[in-house]
Amino acid sequence: MTIDFKLNGKDVSVDVDPLTPLLEVLRNDLELNGPKFGCGLAQCGACAVLIDGTSLRSCVLPVQSVAGKEITTLEGLGTESSPHPLQAAFIELQALQCGYCASGIITTAAAFLEESPSPTDDEIKQALSGHLCRCGAQPRMVKAVARAAGRMRGDKT
Amino acid sequence: MSVTRREFLQASGTLAVLFAIPACQKGGDPVLGGSAILGNRLVVEASGDVRLMLGKSEFGQGIGTALAQMAAEELDVAFERISLVTVDTNFSPDEFYTFSSISVQQAGPPTRRAAAAARQHLLEQAAAKLDATIDSLQVVDGEIHNASGATGLSYWQLIGDEQHELDFADDQSLKSVDDYTIVGESYERIDIPNKVFGGQSYLQDLRLPDMVHARIVRPPTERAELKALDSSGAEQLPGVLKVIRDGNFIAVVAEREQQARDAAKLLRASAGWRFVTDLPDENRVFDWLQSAESRAEPVASKQPESAEPVETTTVTGVFQRAFQAHASISPSAAIAQFDGSSLTVWSHAQGMYPLRAGIAHVLGLDSENIRCIHHEASGCYGHNGADDAACDAAAIAVKFPGRPVRLQWERSDEMTWEPYGSAMHIEVSADVDAEGDVRNWNYDLWSCPHSSRPRDTKNAGSMIYAQHKEDPLPLPPIQSIPQPNGGADRNGVPLYAFESMDVTKHLLTDVPIRVSALRGLGAYTNVFAIESFMDELALRADVDPLDYRLRQLEDERAIALLERLAEQSGWYEREPSMSDGWGLGFARFKNRSAYVGVVMRVAVEEGSIRLKQASAVCDAGLVINPDGASAQIEGSIVQSSSWTLKERIRFSTERKLSVDWASYPILRFDEIPDIEVSFMDRRDNPALGVGEAAQGPAAAAIANAVYSATGQRKRRIPLI
Repeated sequence: MTIDFKLNGKDVSVDVDPLTPLLEVLRNDLELNGPKFGCGLAQCGACAVLIDGTSLRSCVLPVQSVAGKEITTLEGLGTESSPHPLQAAFIELQALQCGYCASGIITTAAAFLEESPSPTDDEIKQALSGHLCRCGAQPRMVKAVARAAGRMRGDKT
Repeated sequence: MSVTRREFLQASGTLAVLFAIPACQKGGDPVLGGSAILGNRLVVEASGDVRLMLGKSEFGQGIGTALAQMAAEELDVAFERISLVTVDTNFSPDEFYTFSSISVQQAGPPTRRAAAAARQHLLEQAAAKLDATIDSLQVVDGEIHNASGATGLSYWQLIGDEQHELDFADDQSLKSVDDYTIVGESYERIDIPNKVFGGQSYLQDLRLPDMVHARIVRPPTERAELKALDSSGAEQLPGVLKVIRDGNFIAVVAEREQQARDAAKLLRASAGWRFVTDLPDENRVFDWLQSAESRAEPVASKQPESAEPVETTTVTGVFQRAFQAHASISPSAAIAQFDGSSLTVWSHAQGMYPLRAGIAHVLGLDSENIRCIHHEASGCYGHNGADDAACDAAAIAVKFPGRPVRLQWERSDEMTWEPYGSAMHIEVSADVDAEGDVRNWNYDLWSCPHSSRPRDTKNAGSMIYAQHKEDPLPLPPIQSIPQPNGGADRNGVPLYAFESMDVTKHLLTDVPIRVSALRGLGAYTNVFAIESFMDELALRADVDPLDYRLRQLEDERAIALLERLAEQSGWYEREPSMSDGWGLGFARFKNRSAYVGVVMRVAVEEGSIRLKQASAVCDAGLVINPDGASAQIEGSIVQSSSWTLKERIRFSTERKLSVDWASYPILRFDEIPDIEVSFMDRRDNPALGVGEAAQGPAAAAIANAVYSATGQRKRRIPLI
């Protein structure tokens, strides 16, 4: 079955079993590295992607559920030459250790900052509390999100 | 994809620095195996690039960046010229495992010597060409300068079209620490941009041509036996290429990943097992530790120099820790490809050479025909499921030759089959004098072993496939790691200058739960116990806990560190309350590596512990990359906090019950403390690894802070 959706600004079409998890399609068929397999149970957040602007767990979403929708992954947020403020801040503050969880966290944080441009540290922690990081990079990640928020506010004024 | 060492070097114009020194040189680390280090260390190319061949595995701890700084420093080139080549048994140096926080100590010196030897060799050539003395020349990012500036010569020209191969000696002269401009600076990690932009960073990102997907179906318990398996349903599912049954080992190979998962699910449902109920009762696990068959090994014994009798009072304490998991965020995975004679394995394990030896032994292949290539996965924090997954994948590939087989463990595979950090039970008693100081210290610990690494052919049988296959290998004898590193007894000997002590470990000899090295090994629990007990003794003597430690320490670096920590944390100005408990924990990792002191502040609200702030000071000798080292300490404090507050493997006598993140919760973003870390300036002292040094101090600091807030002594991990 063919399923069409928009991925990081481009139209894509895949011909797969419609019940295939979106994560598998993104990683194995469309060869994206951003969203990761961590648990397959929507518990850890490593696979988070934005679907029409909302952060959702791609490991439990059948690909048919995103037909016609707009998906943004880590790759769609920015590039090395034109980084998203979150990506820039994560590099500046070296805000990851192994980094396996970082794609999901940056992606969720991007959606969060759209809704809450001036978050407190506690609000950032709350917004990311559905994401697990085992290396303990959370303190730096919170700082990186706060720094990116500041930059994004600055950009808009 | 297949590159031999010779081919690797056959780029035009290279200078390759080789080395050949034994791993166990000069009474080296007894944890190490006896493998010789042989391989290329550094390749300087005429193009101006420098490739550093890692012998240690990067997994986010930043070892690659730290080694690149050392190489750039000694070679006198810009840091940005260095690129890292991951461990590949076809050409990389054999540095055994990446473990025990010794990568900087082990890989640092040969890296520095190799770079210095390359610099010296090229400078000698430049001196000859310029008819100058070496001492009159300098190197600025590969350009040769003399007193009047650039000479026009550079490394890159000197290398030209030729291929140089160079050896270096143990006594290769090195730069003075005073001349360092790159080492000691906080360079950004080389691997981070790729990870932040979605580049190919992880094993999971490798997509080989024609690759197929595999899943395993594990028994419900470690010693269960497969009685019946109806694989016909699974074999008829779309995309399924092969179902493998080999003793108690079941795997399925399919074209697509979800097809392999669907087939595994069906196989799981159609497998009949004979259960073996040999797990201990979870609620009596500490009684079990003491009553199960064990052997007692003396760890340390010291008698008082003066036999003058002193009147003392005996104080006792019991401290315990549950089984805990590495719980890596990425479940273990591996890719393997067998062409009928040679096997290639892509793995995120900590040691490619020992893995190769282990797989060769288990599969009955010649090591020469196996190539293991390291690729990062998520952090591992010790011996997790990586080796087992690699061996699984290799076994599947041999039974399904031709196409590359990618095996992905599920979350439940990782949670229930990774080797855990052992539960521990500790009984300590101290005879204290009228001032409250310790005159005699008795310490007994009960534990399963803290390493079952498949480090060589003798121990390869510890891998899951070796145990599950048709003709299982015998379980290896338990590994008892001797002092001074110690396993269960790591940091079991207090650093305090007690005049008399006895430390004994009781190591279980028949362990029905897979256990192995988890960050810090026994140090985490021993430091928790010793530092909790020191807190208790201090308060009993009505002495400030930090002062109490100071007056029983003779180690000058430890004393200076605690004094700095007091100042940094505002220790002496504290006013403890339920909403602001203060606790201290301190240790020198392995009593010979990095020193870390942690002050934790907690609030106890409605019975739950909230971490507020951690203040830490570390003495790691020369710090190669201060920000990277700080990140290690910060992460260690967070992870230790998670272990200490929350983590416990749940099991019934039949099976493990911690199967996912709901049944094995870890610390979340909204539960982390603020963290402040600083380093003592000890640049004239050898660099010491910091990866594990804060695990124990952070745990004790939390427990002591809870006591400070509530007056309740927490003696069992997890504390709540």
